Amino acid sequence: MNKVKESKNKMVIRWIIGAVCLLSVTGLILLRPLPFLFYHELPYLGFLSRAIYIIILACILSLYRIIKGPSGADRIVAIDILGIMIVGLCAVLTISTGRSWYIDIGIAWALQSFISTLALSKYLEGRSFDD
Amino acid sequence: MISIVGFIFISIGLTFDLLGCLGLVRLPDVYNRLQAATKCVTLGTCSILFGTFLVVGFNAAGVKALLCMVFLVLTSPVAAHAVARGAHRFGVQLWQGSVIDKYAQDKEGEV
Repeated sequence: MNKVKESKNKMVIRWIIGAVCLLSVTGLILLRPLPFLFYHELPYLGFLSRAIYIIILACILSLYRIIKGPSGADRIVAIDILGIMIVGLCAVLTISTGRSWYIDIGIAWALQSFISTLALSKYLEGRSFDD
Repeated sequence: MISIVGFIFISIGLTFDLLGCLGLVRLPDVYNRLQAATKCVTLGTCSILFGTFLVVGFNAAGVKALLCMVFLVLTSPVAAHAVARGAHRFGVQLWQGSVIDKYAQDKEGEV
């Protein structure tokens, strides 16, 4: 009985911490756009900075899965997803800064992420003694 | 006018990215996470790149964005398939609530 109560208290504390984190990040996205990295005569400045905030939030969620993955395959999936999302971040930075070499970084990152995912999955597969 | 269409594409892509990463955190199994995250994030990033092409216009950066989109569409399912096959061969267990495992049945029939 006591154990059940303790676990319920822990659940309530975890829900409160998660709600506080989500509310603070949502407020950050809604209220404060990034003040740097931009040409300030663009009319759609707030939208692009909030887009960068949302992509960074998604990257943090994927980093949580990299840190706390129970097996190796979870970490490989999360690394793949992180690489694909950074390509999107490079595309948004291309619009917001007006410099076209960010999309070159995106292409190179996509290629490297694909090759590294294939190599890691081959390494994972080769450890079984099946064939 | 065409840049507004591009920004609508970028908004759709951001929504898909965020929901895919939420699925990556919340779902119970390697295969479920792979299924949620890979499809959603690939479609979202392709939408962001197409929106970038619409906003920037038909110059060097826009054509590179289109090339990057084609490359992502071609390579991301291959990587997901390789990860799923490697995980199943390595012996990562399915979730207890899973209904069917066709790949294990197929391997048993082979041997």
